[in-house]
Amino acid sequence: MEFIKVFVVGGSICLIAQLLIDFTKLTPARILVIYVTAGAILSGLGIYQKIVDFGMAGARIPLTGFGHVLVKGVIKEVDETGLLGAFTGGIKAGATGITAAILFGYVVALVFSPKPKK
Amino acid sequence: MTKKEYQTYVNEKAPKSPKLINGIKAFVVGGLICIIGQLIYNFFISLGLLEEEVLSITTIIMIFLGAILTGMNIYDEIGKFAGAGSAVPITGFANSIVSPAMEFKSEGQIMGVGAKMFVIAGPVLVYGTITSVIIGIIYYFIRM
Amino acid sequence: MAVKRVGNQTVILQKPPIILESASIAGKKEGEGPLADYFDMILEDDLFGEKTWEKAESRLIREVLLKVIDKACLSYSDINYVISGDLLNQCIAASFGVRESQIPFFGVYGACSTMAESISLGSMIIDGGFADHIVCMTSSHFCSAEKQFRFPLEMGSQRPPTAQWTVTGAGAVLLSSDISGIGITKITTGYIADKGIKDANNMGAAMAPATAATIVAHFKDTGLQPDYYDMIITGDLGKFGGELCCSMVENEGYKIKDRYKDCGVLIYDLEKQDVACGGSGCGCSAVVLTSYLYQLLKEGFIKRILFVATGALLSTTSSQQGESILGIAHAVSVERIGI
Repeated sequence: MEFIKVFVVGGSICLIAQLLIDFTKLTPARILVIYVTAGAILSGLGIYQKIVDFGMAGARIPLTGFGHVLVKGVIKEVDETGLLGAFTGGIKAGATGITAAILFGYVVALVFSPKPKK
Repeated sequence: MTKKEYQTYVNEKAPKSPKLINGIKAFVVGGLICIIGQLIYNFFISLGLLEEEVLSITTIIMIFLGAILTGMNIYDEIGKFAGAGSAVPITGFANSIVSPAMEFKSEGQIMGVGAKMFVIAGPVLVYGTITSVIIGIIYYFIRM
Repeated sequence: MAVKRVGNQTVILQKPPIILESASIAGKKEGEGPLADYFDMILEDDLFGEKTWEKAESRLIREVLLKVIDKACLSYSDINYVISGDLLNQCIAASFGVRESQIPFFGVYGACSTMAESISLGSMIIDGGFADHIVCMTSSHFCSAEKQFRFPLEMGSQRPPTAQWTVTGAGAVLLSSDISGIGITKITTGYIADKGIKDANNMGAAMAPATAATIVAHFKDTGLQPDYYDMIITGDLGKFGGELCCSMVENEGYKIKDRYKDCGVLIYDLEKQDVACGGSGCGCSAVVLTSYLYQLLKEGFIKRILFVATGALLSTTSSQQGESILGIAHAVSVERIGI
């Protein structure tokens, strides 16, 4: 049951992005920006937490989940330190993802090279 | 034929993307990637770690998988098949950072790898961060 | 008085320059396509022994230049000019490719219309009596083009069905002031046409109006009918763009469908090679002209063709600033003369 929820929620979030690509003139780069922003706004409205509670990794793994992490961090810090928290909370909460991406990105780029497509 | 007429004509005649198939592929692959995330999460929770730690570990492992599959020339094949199904998950975020870093290695460590790493993922960080700051400020004043 | 001009866009060469030799180098994927037997050389590795895609493309230019001169039993010093260009920013493939040769160099840019553009200019220079031997050539490379115009190679993304595949390859012709052989007889130079297409994944549609205009202008200026040619062949409109172009030309009253072909459709097996609408890039028309078409003409299977290389003029900057994709097409008549 748990995995069905994860699959359906995660799959649906990806499906919506695919429909946006195929039916509108939006480029994938724009859709990623829309997704992170939409996740942040839905999180601010308290909606995304409900989606996470239901879909778990299905809501956390898509990029909307990254927007959610940023906003959750901001709100937590604002609660603890006031207005300054709006500046510190987001990146702090997203630090794991950003740091991992930079580190692994750098190492992989050192080791591997691009190959022509078939 | 005017510009408008020509564009409408082209849009009508152009071969169309297989929207249904694309949608199904995106749904299935996206869902499966999320299940991998859930499996990793469940495994570390079962070791008795705190949820906060497990979320961080899951993120790190997923990004590592996306990065290594990109390096091994596999993620682009997944992306060709799945479209948004592999672009939207956090593994796709990793792919969008690793792929330009690899591609622009030929322009050196600083202006190649260093500068081009965020050429695609940069906007996501910019708009994600700005949105979160705005929401934080609004939250601060609403809470008062 | 420009006595060699007819109509608005066409010149008729009085001493038609002869294609003394041609040479072609194709990439691995192109070498798996239906024209494989016609290429002079097929790469086993698209890096061509170099460290970067850009250096590999320069090497394509260098090798194809050497090859065409070798085949004609000439040397660098016999060549009066080389006219070349490519898709990379500032045409670095061409300039770095010819740097060791010390041949006087004209760099040209016409996007994928470069082959017809360089042949047009080279032919007029020879007809004008300014040169005896000119090499006209161009190249493109899938990987360097993807890197510059689209996404990194390892980025996972889908191609819509109107997309085209940049050909890895280079083609060169050696024009001479000889009097018999396969000659360039007429040149119709196209103008820039903009029908407001902005989708970089639909280049065929962006280039089709310019191509149709050039073909129609050629027939109007010369008074010829399509049946004068055994083949009317466009550069890289692809399957969809080719259909658009054909119907636009037919609407003007010229029946070309039975003899119309497109290099981008010929170079790949569209069913099996996963290239969507077909090939594109400067190298596409260059490689097909210098291999398949040249041999058909040489062996007399066909006697006259109208070769129309087609280009999409844009840069990532112009696209990001919201500009549409401009189309251009240049036509040259290639005919058997005195053989």
